[in-house]
Amino acid sequence: MSKRTTLNRREFFSFLSVGWIAFAAAAGGMASLIFRFLYPNVVFEPAMDFVAGRPDDFDDGVDERWKNVYGVWVYKNEGKLVALSNICTHLGCVPTWLPAERKFKCPCHGSGYYANGINFEGPAPRPLERYKVNLDASGQIIVDKTKVFRYEKGEWTHPDSFIVV
Amino acid sequence: MKEFFNIYTDPVYSFTFVCIAFFFMIKYVDLVATKKFGIGLMIGTVVMFVLCFMDPVFSANFYMTNDNVPIIFLVLLLAWTTWFALYKGVNNDRRMAQGLPPIEATPENREKVWAWPNLVYTELFAIILGTVFLIGWAVFFKAPLEEPANPTWAPNPAKAPWYFLGLQEMLVYFDPWLAGVLLPGLIVVGLIAIPYIDVNPKGNGYYTFRERKFAIIVYLFCWLVLWNFLIIIGTVFRGPNWSFYGPFEVWDTHKVIAANNVNISEMLWINTLGVKLPSNILVREIAGILMTLAYLVLFPLFLTKKLFNFKGTFGAIFNGGFLGKRYLQRLGWARYSILIFLVLMTLTLPIKMYLRWLINLKYIVFMPEFEFNI
Repeated sequence: MSKRTTLNRREFFSFLSVGWIAFAAAAGGMASLIFRFLYPNVVFEPAMDFVAGRPDDFDDGVDERWKNVYGVWVYKNEGKLVALSNICTHLGCVPTWLPAERKFKCPCHGSGYYANGINFEGPAPRPLERYKVNLDASGQIIVDKTKVFRYEKGEWTHPDSFIVV
Repeated sequence: MKEFFNIYTDPVYSFTFVCIAFFFMIKYVDLVATKKFGIGLMIGTVVMFVLCFMDPVFSANFYMTNDNVPIIFLVLLLAWTTWFALYKGVNNDRRMAQGLPPIEATPENREKVWAWPNLVYTELFAIILGTVFLIGWAVFFKAPLEEPANPTWAPNPAKAPWYFLGLQEMLVYFDPWLAGVLLPGLIVVGLIAIPYIDVNPKGNGYYTFRERKFAIIVYLFCWLVLWNFLIIIGTVFRGPNWSFYGPFEVWDTHKVIAANNVNISEMLWINTLGVKLPSNILVREIAGILMTLAYLVLFPLFLTKKLFNFKGTFGAIFNGGFLGKRYLQRLGWARYSILIFLVLMTLTLPIKMYLRWLINLKYIVFMPEFEFNI
């Protein structure tokens, strides 16, 4: 009885190839699953641009009507209307508008901003960002959140960053 | 009485008080490391909590977030572990001064037992008891179920879990790049570096205080004083809008605190010289840059060399030469520079905290154009 229990060279390499291919396929499948997992099934993000209404709909001062939907405060003052981002420039929390104190105040680290978005207290290094606003043909305000204007870069004088009302 | 505590728990007073208390704890360590003091400390802490919880405002604020509850146990554990280590260490120091070996080196304590079953059984029971405790806790203190997450709204105050509140407090004083990335990174790297910097072979396998005075003082200051102070401030004393509220003060969202912070550049050019900010960034920030460079150059000098000649305790702190040539020779220049660097980075935290409290300073060097603010 001389049953051969060892593999010859050719058999060894075919086993090795099958093993490695199976391992690579399994690892690749796992990697693709992990990669797919990184992307959410449902995205709850609101649209990046929206129609905010007519300039006459807004009173002077800070208006909160779009804050909970689009994360935008509309601020109208001295004949200018701007769209303020509601993301704190310190670490990205959502500040609260305090009407009595006429300021935005961040609940995370205490940064404070005036109604126009300029930072004046707490650790925030720069003012709130402003979004692009313009009027469409029917006189409605279009807020475009894909374009931001930053004060410290001197962008608040850009004609797209405000509407003259 | 409650009004007194509301006023004097303000960080500028309470941090100063905690630092002074720490100084006296080290100076009179023989007194602290007695059983009487330990019992008094534990009873005092429990009585303090009982008195605080008898106040309706304190307990209302405290239970606003459920994960505050472990803080009570942790404060007790904090007091206990600190006292216990000092007690053991001072006891051994006393023995060694009499020429006796440390208590851990006595023949009856050097006797060896098997890890199995002696240690493993103890661990098994610790695991079971820990699980029972956690299940009981989960049953009796339910996790709060809040409304669905909304990216355009944040609770006020928005508090991190208690173990992150030290970091969140740090973020009040620094740019997020520093307090959120650089300093936490340095804390981790610094902790990893401790065994490579600390070449003192003493205290191996036994408690001691005298033989490792420098290491113990530096570590306890960073951890016991600085870090725990920040966590406790963040947990108990921060209310709506992340403003400071005393322990017995109602959390009023509309409490007005003048926190109009200014940069060094504004103090120099606008407030002192009365001119507009220069447009050149380097000229604008020159004062802050010079102060930072001076801190990085002069302060190591102060730590290394004896510069003044004051008498007494005052001199021990302010004469300079804390680390001295002794440490330079013992550690070698590489370890010594790393040690100095870590000490410098640690001290930026209390320095920046006091500057914020005393002169409302926002940033020393302020370059939002490059996202570089210190």
